[in-house]
Amino acid sequence: MDQFLIATITGLSTAGIFAIAASGLVLTYTTTGIFNFAHGAVGMLAAFSYWQLLDWGLPTGVAVAVVLLVLGPLFGLLVEAVVMRGLFDAPETSRLVVSVALLAAALGLGVWLWPVDESRPLDFWFEDNFLGILGVRVRWHEAIAFILAVVVAIGLRVLLRSTRAGVTMRAVVDDRGLASLNGARPGRSAALAWALGCSLAALAGILLAPAQALSQQTLTLLIVNAYAAAMLGRLRNLPMTFLGAAVLGLLDSYGFFYLPTDGRFGPYLSTFRFAIPVVVLFIVLIALPSARLRTNAARRRLAAPRPTWFTAGFQAAAVVGGAVVLAIGLSDADALRAAKAVGFALIALSLVPLVGWAGQLCLCQMSFAAIGAVCMGHLGQGGNPWALLAGALIAAVVGVLVALPAARLTGIELALATAAFAVILDRWIFAMPDIHLWGMTLSTFNRNPVPVDRLSLPFAGTLTTKGLLVALAVAFALLHLLVVAVRRSRAGDLLLALRESPAACATLGIDPAGTRLAVFAFSAALAAVGGGLYAGTLGSISPSSFDLFQTLPLLLLTVAGGVAASGGAIFAGVVLGLIPVVGATFAGIAGLLGILPGTMGATLGRNPDGVSTQLAERLAPLRSKPAVLAVVVVVDVALALAWANDVLGGWEASIAAFLLPFLAARGVNATRAPRTARLADPLDGLEDRRLGPADVSAIDEALALAEVTR
Amino acid sequence: MTTVEASPLVELRGITASYGPIDVLHGIDLAAPPGAVTALLGPNGAGKTTTLRVLAGLHPATAGDILLAGRRVNGARADDLARAGLCLVPEGRGVFPNLSVRENLRVATHAGHGLAQVEEVAYARFPKLGERRAQLAGTLSGGEQQMLALARAVATDPGVLLLDELSMGLAPIVVGELYEQVARIAAGGVAVVVVEQFARIALRVADRATVLVGGRVAAEGTPGELEGSLADVYLGGNR
Repeated sequence: MDQFLIATITGLSTAGIFAIAASGLVLTYTTTGIFNFAHGAVGMLAAFSYWQLLDWGLPTGVAVAVVLLVLGPLFGLLVEAVVMRGLFDAPETSRLVVSVALLAAALGLGVWLWPVDESRPLDFWFEDNFLGILGVRVRWHEAIAFILAVVVAIGLRVLLRSTRAGVTMRAVVDDRGLASLNGARPGRSAALAWALGCSLAALAGILLAPAQALSQQTLTLLIVNAYAAAMLGRLRNLPMTFLGAAVLGLLDSYGFFYLPTDGRFGPYLSTFRFAIPVVVLFIVLIALPSARLRTNAARRRLAAPRPTWFTAGFQAAAVVGGAVVLAIGLSDADALRAAKAVGFALIALSLVPLVGWAGQLCLCQMSFAAIGAVCMGHLGQGGNPWALLAGALIAAVVGVLVALPAARLTGIELALATAAFAVILDRWIFAMPDIHLWGMTLSTFNRNPVPVDRLSLPFAGTLTTKGLLVALAVAFALLHLLVVAVRRSRAGDLLLALRESPAACATLGIDPAGTRLAVFAFSAALAAVGGGLYAGTLGSISPSSFDLFQTLPLLLLTVAGGVAASGGAIFAGVVLGLIPVVGATFAGIAGLLGILPGTMGATLGRNPDGVSTQLAERLAPLRSKPAVLAVVVVVDVALALAWANDVLGGWEASIAAFLLPFLAARGVNATRAPRTARLADPLDGLEDRRLGPADVSAIDEALALAEVTR
Repeated sequence: MTTVEASPLVELRGITASYGPIDVLHGIDLAAPPGAVTALLGPNGAGKTTTLRVLAGLHPATAGDILLAGRRVNGARADDLARAGLCLVPEGRGVFPNLSVRENLRVATHAGHGLAQVEEVAYARFPKLGERRAQLAGTLSGGEQQMLALARAVATDPGVLLLDELSMGLAPIVVGELYEQVARIAAGGVAVVVVEQFARIALRVADRATVLVGGRVAAEGTPGELEGSLADVYLGGNR
């Protein structure tokens, strides 16, 4: 009984911290309409800042005040002004991606400012003082956490219901334009909401930190646990959020005290404690009635190019050609780095149909890749390529299993459910020993790294490093063509239709759930093939190679590159491949590079069409001039060969080869300019009068339309 | 109806506006004096709502002047104009559906009046709202939502009140009640501009009316002057 009482009181204290974190999340969502994925990372940064201030000799009270009243609100204001402003009419996927990007950037910033290899102990508040509650000794720190949670609950209730500032914040989310018409200033409301939200995240971070080793990822994930509590309150209902926090805190505590660590099930259940909050999150998401969460209607639309076979074939050839040139010119070590980048691009390719076309923001893509990697490790001994197929099939089934409960979820709910699934795999399933069932052994990592043999192909045997690079590029080209085939098929159109209007699809007799299951299975299978091939470049794999925090840069860079086309995947691969190269060349900024995916996602993620789509538009004029295109290809190949034979330096050749097509496209455009100028004449002044047959003829002539179209 | 002699409180002179490359208003002139109802009529797509949006600072004018109490206010923000006493009740239901009736009224306090005063005026004019003060606005009937929108607008004591399609989706009896209130509001010295697709409803309370067709003023005058020629104007006979 004593143990139960201790567990309950400890659990309620943790619940208090979860409640503070969750209420900050609810506040930001209710008042800005944006789900702040970075909430946990903000708490983490606050905890580190708090440690830093104490380390500089500031008294505890002053350090707490500086973090809660200055740094937290300032960070919130900065985020609102630099990152979130202007997102209110962006597509939901863009809003979520920017929020996820902020999480990645904050994590990167944390690692850069406070390198991970240092111990940073933090004391509890009133370290030596305990309080007696029902005969149980409770730290003052824990009691204060609980009291603060109650104060925050009451304070938020008063703010949101009984003050003009709070009611205005909610009004702005309901109807921004109407709020302005009433004299409200939406920008100020959002700034206040972000400042308060970040301050609450900071409070949760400071309260949590002393009980943990100060680690960026652990602390971020601990606050992520509070997301389950917030979701129980549907991101709106504060009392339910606090109830959710209480349930979570108690489950966490009972798990610690009562889950067996030995015996038959001990090894399987001991790590379950770390997954309890995300299991609760997953269950809450799929069990609660699907009340669509409120978001502002998107006005900006996403492009989803439908490439011609010529363009797709040209892109495939360019990827393989590029890989061959790199294989010729690079050292073995650099070729392996390049192969890893192609591996990343392969996994990123799986995001194109799921995120780009279907608009399903999935945060467990690396978990699907891990399934492929584990299959390659266990079934692909000797580099057997059939293991890739096995991985794809298993991942497709797992993809359906994830999508089955999540099929009715979209947006925030789906992103959270898939993130929860990723953490369940990382923290629990992958941390288990082998499972023996009915004479079969199911093995993942068995608590050890799994060695992965390099791919072996018929006629070629086990691949060399450079052979692996080319093989991966060929695999990318083939899968790219498969993705293009899907995009050009009825299925591709269906996915886009589903993204634009699920309701319209349903009225046309299209089954949204079935289509979602199919795209999840397809995407998971692609990710598994990518994961299997990527694993071959690593040599041995561990769960940390494929955890949630590896999915973030992959997703963000693909979105920044343009998630609706294969170009986005190539962009992600190139940037992820270049980061270690640049880091090695310019050691001074190596730490800063960790922030790159996050900042790229936050800035470029605003433009949902991405970099590759914009670049493709710039290159479009070349398609109409095959001769110029041929010259560009020949010169680029010549530049590549010049580099491979040491005639030109790597950077010079790369820059020249990259710029040449754009300069050529510009030149082609310039030669068309007189035609555009001719157009202006017959159109002048048309807006002021009705179009007559003579005007139509003039326009047709100016546009050089064929007789038949008139 | 009142005799219209006072100088206009709000005025548009030669306003043009566009959506991207498409011009939708081609030199609109409109004047709304205090204490009178000015109706802005016209068929679908005539530019009525855009004209109101330009007036309220929600859409930029590409040329022309917007005058509020004789001062040029081109480029002013919607929230600044609201604080200066110009109030727009937009098309559809101009309420915050996830806020209670009382909270909806609280948002109106940005224009400078206290909540108690706003509530007093609103409930006095629409007693039904007083009975439902704790109810979410989104769960009110259509007519009650328009009452709330109107009450919130009036309670801020505006100088200019712009009403866009007040009758949309409402039963005729409810529309009649709402327009009676509009006439009373104008009688209190407010310059009211009503946009209506159904001319007859608005002309019952209007002192003057302007008819827009294709983004241009097609006719202007008192209801009596316009009544006979409205059909012609709507069907393009006057172009």
